[in-house]
Amino acid sequence: MERIPILRMGDFLLVTIQVDMHDELAITLQDDLSERISKTSARGVLIDISALDMVDSFIGRMIGTISGLSKIMDAETVLVGMQPAVAITLVELGLTLPGVITALNVERGMNLLRERVQSE
Amino acid sequence: MNVLKSGSQAVRIEQDVVLARQTARKLAVEAGLRLVDQTKLVTAASELARNTVVYGRGGDMDWELLEDERRKGLRLTFRDQGPGIADMKLAMTDGWTSGSGLGLGLTGAKRLVDDFSVESAPGEGTRVMICKWT
Repeated sequence: MERIPILRMGDFLLVTIQVDMHDELAITLQDDLSERISKTSARGVLIDISALDMVDSFIGRMIGTISGLSKIMDAETVLVGMQPAVAITLVELGLTLPGVITALNVERGMNLLRERVQSE
Repeated sequence: MNVLKSGSQAVRIEQDVVLARQTARKLAVEAGLRLVDQTKLVTAASELARNTVVYGRGGDMDWELLEDERRKGLRLTFRDQGPGIADMKLAMTDGWTSGSGLGLGLTGAKRLVDDFSVESAPGEGTRVMICKWT
């Protein structure tokens, strides 16, 4: 079955979404990620969506769920790399991703995660 | 208004939603829509295609590449033979959903395009048309 790879970088997990996500793939990612957080005791999750050329309400909801889920499991989620056209569309669609922390790129996202984990 | 090109494709299963998005993107580029407008149209198409699969029990997407004196456009029509929408006013309310969604599908799609129309009656399926112009 098709899967989105989850890479481990120290205390953090890195997910780079590079395929046009269908709904089942999004749900599989949710399951895989919660399992990996539990197994690795990861403190943070970085989701890179710079390769996604659109985010609809389904994918948006999945991102929100992952963020909420990881919070319950004591890990922070940062969403990075959203393309400007995608951001404009999301806002107009009415999806503002409440509770999801975002950063412009992977580097800034990593810094943000480190800060948040250290300050705890 | 001239129809430069037209076609149709099935929207039956979940994977068809991805295919509908890809077709919409290709045609939006061909129509000459700018990137933000392409993204809006593709996102609206994704919402409507999912509605067709989930609520309409599958259907089709018709596409037409249009041209008038000043501009080009892409029109997409999603039609299904599903249960239809009983209360249109309710269905067009932000945040209302009959299923497990966020309730942004129809209203969100409407906000993302230039022209929008929906026809539906209980037991007679649903037909949603969207259009974006250059």
